[in-house]
Amino acid sequence: MMDTKRTTFNNKLLPYLLLAPQLIITLVFFIWPAAQAVKSSVEREDPFGFSTVFVGLTHYKRLFADPSYLDSLLRTGVFAVAVTLLSMGLGLAFAAAVDRLTRTSRIYTTLLVWPYAVAPVIAGVLWFFLFNTSTGILPFFLSQFGINWNHDLNGTHAMILIIIAAAWKQVSYNFLFFLAGLQSVPHALMEAGAIDGAGPVKRFFTIALPLLSPTTFFLFIINVNYAMFDTFPIVDATTNGGPAQSTNIMVYKVYQDGFLGLNLGSSSAQSVLLMLIVMVLTFVQFRYVERRVQY
Amino acid sequence: MVENRPFLTFLTHAFLIFGFVVVAFPVYVAFVASTHDLPTLLTGAVPMLPGSHFIENYSAILTNVSAAHGLPNYSHMALNSLIMAIVITVGKIVISIMSAFAIVYFRFPFRVLAFWIIFVTLMLPVEVRIMPTYKIVADLGMLNSWAGLTIPLIASATATFLFRQFFMTVPDEILEAARVDGAGAMKFFWDILLPLSRTNIGALCVILFIYGWVQYLWPMLVTTDTGYYTLMMGMKRMVTAQDGVIAWNYVMAGSVLAMLPPILIVIFMQRLFIRGLTETEK
Repeated sequence: MMDTKRTTFNNKLLPYLLLAPQLIITLVFFIWPAAQAVKSSVEREDPFGFSTVFVGLTHYKRLFADPSYLDSLLRTGVFAVAVTLLSMGLGLAFAAAVDRLTRTSRIYTTLLVWPYAVAPVIAGVLWFFLFNTSTGILPFFLSQFGINWNHDLNGTHAMILIIIAAAWKQVSYNFLFFLAGLQSVPHALMEAGAIDGAGPVKRFFTIALPLLSPTTFFLFIINVNYAMFDTFPIVDATTNGGPAQSTNIMVYKVYQDGFLGLNLGSSSAQSVLLMLIVMVLTFVQFRYVERRVQY
Repeated sequence: MVENRPFLTFLTHAFLIFGFVVVAFPVYVAFVASTHDLPTLLTGAVPMLPGSHFIENYSAILTNVSAAHGLPNYSHMALNSLIMAIVITVGKIVISIMSAFAIVYFRFPFRVLAFWIIFVTLMLPVEVRIMPTYKIVADLGMLNSWAGLTIPLIASATATFLFRQFFMTVPDEILEAARVDGAGAMKFFWDILLPLSRTNIGALCVILFIYGWVQYLWPMLVTTDTGYYTLMMGMKRMVTAQDGVIAWNYVMAGSVLAMLPPILIVIFMQRLFIRGLTETEK
């Protein structure tokens, strides 16, 4: 990662000037706030903001003793796993189907990629409309099957709503990466499989899928990241974390406790924990990319 | 295709068409809803076919509806979205290509440190540091300003890495030839490196424009003045109307229009879009 060119320029000042805008923005708006979050997660401010005292890990201990935070952790986990499985499963199925076709594959690709460009908040608004308890079309259909849909009162329904909305937006992304992966599977392997008598389904599961495992692993990390951090607008446009905290995933809770609840210490401690999670995910992702380059 | 299996091919087409119908369903319903009047939408069974109020709803959302919700004109919010998307796109590309140039073509003290500082931004998405970042922007007096809306979002590790990766593939001989001909660093950058980077810049433009257009959390935090509202915030605000009934026909007309620019870009610049997506995530 650290290489330069064999020959380089000798200017002393120029590289710093070139780097200055990026570094200043990073230091001021990324690293400084992150440091502030760490700092205020171990401090308590008196109610009037005149003084702060060091309180160590009190905020963290309190968080992990707080059932609503543990509940939020659990719900975030369920949400992230469900969104990841649903959107990766559908993305893979679409990619496998498109990969079988030759002449029409570009048309189908076009038909399937555009949801990527829909804003998460608009995706939330669309699904909120579809599932609207009094006027939505899906509760109307569900009622024909005896299901009384009500995500305003039923936490499970609310969770299903945000999972579907979040997965819907992400399918096209997974589809594109799986398709690129499938198209790079050597043709000769598929033909060899066919000669040995393996049908298309068997070839997919025994040849293509194992060869796709680096793509699958990469997408898994990206999707967990997406579900945990990019889905704030979807929650904000549909459930606002409710009913009764049932969809209060971690990024939403950090916003609610900090901005609406004005609980700086707790919110900062939550921020720091979220940072640790992104760090782990990023670390895993880059470790894997380093490996893939060598193969 | 390895062998010819007509029935399986038929199933494949059937599955993909079904898949497309499912994926497009929410947007189709939004479009249908945007062509009916409100009483029809509130009866409990949303119609499945477009109605006759298309022109009425769309001209209403484009003229006076948003004012009734305490929002600026639709075109004003669309312009804000456009400015935000363009400033973020250009800003990210400019500062990233400069950083990558410095890191690849110069050797200087703290080069590795600079690289790691940029890398760290990947680990600090705005969602995890909401409060302190807001506080800094407030302290700098950047709330309710274009600077506050855009500058904190234009640091980009992914774009820097993309350019860095590309620069590493540019043959060293080109640089040596340029130096023999007496070109300085900036002349090499402008006359050789920048033209060579055209495709990468194009691919990044597509991805970053969409990124800027769909921003929601950050604008919501730093703007209270509705004059800075983007379409995303405007549509969300119309759905949370305090006085009871949501004007779904207008919300859907507004949402359909707000979705169009990035969707059209993805469809018509598909090659650049796919390139940008797959290259930046590596």
